[in-house]
Amino acid sequence: MTGPFAHPYIPNAAPDVKREMLAAVGAESVEDFYADVPAGLRLGRPLDLPAPMRSEAALVRHMSGLLGRNTSTRDVLSFLGGGVYQHYVPAVVDEVVDRSEFLTAYAGEPYEDHGRFQALWEYQSLMGELLELDVVNVPTYDGFQAAGTALRMAGRVTGARRLLVASSVAPDKLSKIRDYVRPDHDVVVVPVVDGRADVAAVRAALAEGDVAAVYAEAPSYLGIVDPALPELGELAHASGALYVVNCNPISLGVVAPPASYGADIVCGDVQPLGVHMSFGGGNAGFIATRDDEPLVAEFPSRLFGVVPTAVEGEYGFGDVAYERTSFAIREEGKEWVGTAAALNGIAAGVYLALMGPQGMREVGETIMANTRYAITRLAAVPGVEVPHADAPHFADFAVRFTGSRTAAEVNDALLERGVFGGHALSERDALYCVTEVHTKDDIDRLAALLEEIAK
Amino acid sequence: MSAPANTGPVSTDDARIAPKPPLRRFHQARWDEPLIFELGTPGARGVAVPAPEVPLDDTLPEALRRKDAPGLPDMSQLHVLRHYLRLSQENLGVDMNIDVGQGTCTMKYSPKVNDRFVRDHRVSELHPLQDERTVQGVLEVMHTLEKMLAEISGMDRVSLQPGAGSAAIYTNIAMIRAYFAARGELEQRDEVITTIFSHPSNAACAKTAGFKVITLYPDKDGYPDIEALKAAVGPRTAALMITNPEDTGIFNSRIAEFVDIVHEAGGLCAYDQANANGILGITRARDAGFDLCHFNLHKTFSTPHACGGPAAGASGVSEKLVPFLPRPTVEFDGTRYRLDDDRPESVGKIRPFYGVVPNLVRAYAWIMSLGAEGLREVAEIAVLNNNYLMKKVLEIRGVSAPYAEGKRRIEQVRYSWEELHRDTGVHSEEIGVRAADFGTHYWTSHHPYVVPEPMTLEPTESYSKQDLDEYAAILAEVAREAYEEPETVRTAPHNSTIHQVRQATLDDPKTWAVTWRAYRRKILGQ
Repeated sequence: MTGPFAHPYIPNAAPDVKREMLAAVGAESVEDFYADVPAGLRLGRPLDLPAPMRSEAALVRHMSGLLGRNTSTRDVLSFLGGGVYQHYVPAVVDEVVDRSEFLTAYAGEPYEDHGRFQALWEYQSLMGELLELDVVNVPTYDGFQAAGTALRMAGRVTGARRLLVASSVAPDKLSKIRDYVRPDHDVVVVPVVDGRADVAAVRAALAEGDVAAVYAEAPSYLGIVDPALPELGELAHASGALYVVNCNPISLGVVAPPASYGADIVCGDVQPLGVHMSFGGGNAGFIATRDDEPLVAEFPSRLFGVVPTAVEGEYGFGDVAYERTSFAIREEGKEWVGTAAALNGIAAGVYLALMGPQGMREVGETIMANTRYAITRLAAVPGVEVPHADAPHFADFAVRFTGSRTAAEVNDALLERGVFGGHALSERDALYCVTEVHTKDDIDRLAALLEEIAK
Repeated sequence: MSAPANTGPVSTDDARIAPKPPLRRFHQARWDEPLIFELGTPGARGVAVPAPEVPLDDTLPEALRRKDAPGLPDMSQLHVLRHYLRLSQENLGVDMNIDVGQGTCTMKYSPKVNDRFVRDHRVSELHPLQDERTVQGVLEVMHTLEKMLAEISGMDRVSLQPGAGSAAIYTNIAMIRAYFAARGELEQRDEVITTIFSHPSNAACAKTAGFKVITLYPDKDGYPDIEALKAAVGPRTAALMITNPEDTGIFNSRIAEFVDIVHEAGGLCAYDQANANGILGITRARDAGFDLCHFNLHKTFSTPHACGGPAAGASGVSEKLVPFLPRPTVEFDGTRYRLDDDRPESVGKIRPFYGVVPNLVRAYAWIMSLGAEGLREVAEIAVLNNNYLMKKVLEIRGVSAPYAEGKRRIEQVRYSWEELHRDTGVHSEEIGVRAADFGTHYWTSHHPYVVPEPMTLEPTESYSKQDLDEYAAILAEVAREAYEEPETVRTAPHNSTIHQVRQATLDDPKTWAVTWRAYRRKILGQ
């Protein structure tokens, strides 16, 4: 190397510029700027970090080595679901969300960032059409947070303490909900029977009173679209509780939107709508309600609204009821709001626009058809049972291995054959998943391998 | 087409292009783009879905079948793409503008090469429940990133699970709550102390987690009032949640005393390091005695801001809080990386699975490209840029930098246009909007406006001297306009995608419209 090294990310690291700027502000060295950092707080040594890979070529080589130690679901056949789903992400979705103008923007005003406001308002609106609800938030972090907040919203509206969980819920999600509602609420899990809500037990729990919400999932953690979902709403309302339903948005071209069977607050994660799985890192949480002021007043999230501008025929955008938020009034706001997952919301908007009403119906139909086919095929394999086979399922379904191998051992054997089996729920049970990306041959291959392995 | 006839011989003067004017003659894209619901062709589709190869399923009961098709537009692929590309052009990102105006947000360059890694299917198409043997690469990235952030903060362990900065603040208060619950002190310790110049999420997350909030205001020099802290602490204190340097850019040199005061009262101290960019490799959370801290990886560690997320947060803790970290942690036995979910005292899950993995990969790659020396250079140049810009900005009529007169600032400054407002009646918000006419923008401050007519600028290491000169020239021009032709500023924007919005309807339940459904119903009466 000839001259001093100015890192490509740091333009003013070039010594002449640095000297000129120091002179301009009357400083001897950059040390002058740190005069307020007492000696006792100074690190006084270089950070102990790996030697840098300053050339882009070296960095790419290093990263390629690391990524080479991952096997992706594109390399092999995967039957993993359970909250994160392998769906096809259309090329146009990536094209839009990879645009510099969206990817590197943050929080500009509705003028220089008009595009961001319109794209997010359209996301809210497209989700509103799918959910048949008039109010949808700028996304929160993920479906776990959306569920926690939806329940706390129900708590603030009703002033009641107990939250009844009527569906099977992913243990991790339940962990988040419990932690999140802890200051104000008790979570009462009403155990499911045969994978479905125990309606009598829910009724009895409601009769004890002080219930803020009945919480159900459609589909549930075990993939079941519970026929009791409408009745749970009726029971909740009869007791003065709200009905909170967590749904998988990609099911809604076929499955009824929860608002149509009584849900007051609908929540979930948009990951299935055009967001890559990314090892569980691709999420955005939606919360939706009717346009009732008391419900709207309880949202912590930003809500963008459309408004006129000074010029006829222009759409402008801005924050609806901003004074609710912690941005406006700190701890007096509803929970908190901060940077969350906006671009994944834009991705979901692009996905819904591409799919349209036909695409959403078709993807739902294909997933349900594949799920039913997989259930039927696997249930016929000796040593494999599908415990709730008769219930309507969407994507996920539980499988029990009754042969010589445990669920984990079955997965080991499948992995040796280049297949990711379903997530082991217990020694004998696993959660399998198929979506529109699976072909009949894929499912037949799984069944054939299990015939060999699961005996 | 024929060229226009020349009237005579040409000279080199005819070929000379005049120099650029000092300020850019910018105009934002104005496509006058309709709403997506106004587009489309009946029956058109944007993407074809795999058709079922097996019989359709008919197990759904009638009540759970969707009745009416969703009112989504019917659009061909090109038309969806074109709509969103037009919207993207009507947006400014770091890549497009001199984005020093979003102080506290650390708008820096997000290297393009790092985006490539996360678009690779060996990141994007990993399922979180895959066998650990098939994800050793990404687990190594997470494990090493944790180690590097532990070194940068001085903390013992770091959780990469929080989805963003505020989620990391929440994670920290959740761990504080679990810590005191485990000691049987939670009922007694129900207060959290923060400062008005710390991000509002410190107050809001503490309240959400069930604590009462005490907010300290600055003393006359702009430092959080240490006497007020002494008066506030006591047996009810659970924690101090504080930023340093605060949003004023002033480093609180007595920070270790603050920590000691809270520790003596039996409380914990959590350091909001959203403003860490100027002190990387200079001073660390641990060095000031903090028990917890957090970084925003989308700020300090370069991951893109993505219109407001996905971002990523990192929560660092000292040894005594390690049992309470979110689960799972990533462990390494010398040969294999694994996820440890067996952590009985853990606060549990903050979000699904392990964190916003794409941004963990980007942050890892960014640190790896810079190393220790590079990180320190980041800090030093960010601070140099800030003090240089401050010098230029304070030469502008009507602006000041309240507090700590004569002192240097770290990575940002909260300025005040109070004098300009008094002289002209023009507000800071209006100046920020007018700045958009020159291809940039700025942000005022969080609420409440403790500094009147605020403007917060944070020129990170990514901007050149020429960028900073241009930015200061834009502010100077808008300030001149405010004094000489204030209507130009008040009626801005003039060169933007749209004109001034009528905000009033957004606060009225009769007129707010959060979706197209609501707009049609309430405004169009359909």
